[in-house]
Amino acid sequence: MLLGPSLALSAVLFVLGVAGVLIRRNAIVVFMSVELMLNAVNLTFVALAQVHGVSGQIMVFFVMTVAAAEAAVGLAIILAIFRHTQSVDLAQINLLKG
Amino acid sequence: MASSVNAATVIFYVFAAWAVVSAVLCITRSNALTSALWLVSTMFALAAIFVILQAQFIAAIQVLVYAGAVMVLFLFVIMLLNLEVVPHNWRQRYGWVVGIGLAAVLGATLVSLKDYTPERLAREISTMPGTVDPRLVFPEGSALASATATQGAVGSVAQPLFQGYLVPFEITSVLLLAAVVGAVVLAKKKL
Repeated sequence: MLLGPSLALSAVLFVLGVAGVLIRRNAIVVFMSVELMLNAVNLTFVALAQVHGVSGQIMVFFVMTVAAAEAAVGLAIILAIFRHTQSVDLAQINLLKG
Repeated sequence: MASSVNAATVIFYVFAAWAVVSAVLCITRSNALTSALWLVSTMFALAAIFVILQAQFIAAIQVLVYAGAVMVLFLFVIMLLNLEVVPHNWRQRYGWVVGIGLAAVLGATLVSLKDYTPERLAREISTMPGTVDPRLVFPEGSALASATATQGAVGSVAQPLFQGYLVPFEITSVLLLAAVVGAVVLAKKKL
């Protein structure tokens, strides 16, 4: 079953994803850290699906679909930003800063 | 039986260590391409863990969709932008303090949930009025294993997907269409 270890691993991976979002400045790496967090949540769904029925695995399908759509749109936004500023450094994207 | 359980546990911990090490390397490498490849490694390790957790079909989809399609998209964009490797591509010191501090607070919150047992979760879901079909909640642990044994790894996932979750499944296609149109509009130079 390994329910407890799976949930612990999921928590560790999620925290690593949060740390990646907060400490990195490259927009693409920040985006990959978000993908890491989505994967950690998928692990939680799959681990709990062993106990609570297969609908947890169905949720993983929907999370993967939303992640694919998010990756496509997000990378298109990063491309558009790169055309403007010639950089994907989040510290230099401060157009809306007051 | 006991030896097979032990083998699964050992394999689980091997892949768990692999996933954590790959994730740490993914968020610490300064080259974005290296980070992406370590993320692919994490996803492969997670796919192996999905197999151990009796989600064989999800594991196959993880390798095909995540490690295949999504990460190829990432690698395409990284190579398309052709960024120079900045040696100190990190946030300033206060950003480190805030980042590590917030991540530590979140980790402590997750650790404090450790006495939230499966039995308690099952009881709360079973007594919740009307949000979950009670037939989908299994109090005992071997329900998914028996469903997989009778219907197969794909069949046990496909049946609820095309019956109870048919409408969300169809709405997903609209979401994907919107994402395709949005990506083209955003990325194209001149429409």
